[in-house]
Amino acid sequence: MTIKEVRSVLHAELLTPELELSTQVHAACGADMMSDVLAYVKDQAVLVTGLNNPQVVRTADMMDMVCICLVRGKIPDETFLNLASERGIVVLSSHMTMFTACGLLYEAGLRGAKNDG
Amino acid sequence: MRRGCAGRRMMAEPIRIHYTVTGDDFTQAGTASADLKSRLRTMGFPADVIRKVTISLYEGEINLVIHAGGGEIEVTVSGDRIKLVLSDSGPGIEDIELAKREGWSSAPDEIRSLGFGAGMGIPNMIKYSDSFDIQSTPGVGTVVTMEINC
Repeated sequence: MTIKEVRSVLHAELLTPELELSTQVHAACGADMMSDVLAYVKDQAVLVTGLNNPQVVRTADMMDMVCICLVRGKIPDETFLNLASERGIVVLSSHMTMFTACGLLYEAGLRGAKNDG
Repeated sequence: MRRGCAGRRMMAEPIRIHYTVTGDDFTQAGTASADLKSRLRTMGFPADVIRKVTISLYEGEINLVIHAGGGEIEVTVSGDRIKLVLSDSGPGIEDIELAKREGWSSAPDEIRSLGFGAGMGIPNMIKYSDSFDIQSTPGVGTVVTMEINC
C-alpha cells in the first residue's frame, strides 16, 4: 500500500505536505521504545508511535522507514518536522490509539517485521 | 584488482572520520550516525551494510549521551569493512555481562520517557555488528569497538 493509503486508513492529518505520498509501504511497526524499533529490520515501513521527540525521526531514518504516524492526535514541534522533511520521511498524525491504528493497518494488509514471530 | 562491497574498487587507503558527541543535548544524539549514513551512501556501500553500521553507531551514540556525558567516535572505512570505536570517560560499567542482556538497563525514567532505556542498546549493537568488543573500567570509562563486514 502507499503512504496515501496509510493516511486514508488512519484518517490522519498530513504534517509534511511537501513530501511524496505515492511511496510504497511494505511493513509496519508500532512502538514507543526506539531500541525495540531498531531490533527488527523492516523494509520501507511505517512507524506508528505515541512518542514525538526528534529521536523518533532519527530512528526511522536509521531504519530507512518512509513514514511516521503519531497516534492520539499528537503534533510534533518544528524541529521534528524539519528533520523529517530533510530526511524525506512523511509525518502523519491520527487521533486513533496505537492499538486501533495498528489493528486497522494489519486489517488493510500490512504486516510486521519478517522475524517478529 | 581486488574488489570490495558490491564490486566497489578497493580503497587505496582507509578513510578515517572523527566525531565528538556532546553529552548535554539529547536532541542532537544521532547526528554523527546520520552524517555517516550519508557519507557511506555517497561512497556507494550497499543499503544493508549502511543500515547495520548506522544502527550500531546510533545505539552507541545514544549510550554516550545517556550514560557517559558524551565521548569520541572514530570511524575507519575500508573497502571491505567499517570499524567503529566509541570511547568515553564516563562512569564505566560495573557488570558488562548484565549490560549485554536484553531488557536490562540502568537508564533513568527520564530517558525511558524519551523512548530509550529498553535494555536493547548493547544487544542491538551485538546483533548488527560482525565483531563486537567492550572494555570498561568503573570510574575510568568505556571503549566499544565494532566492525561491520561487507
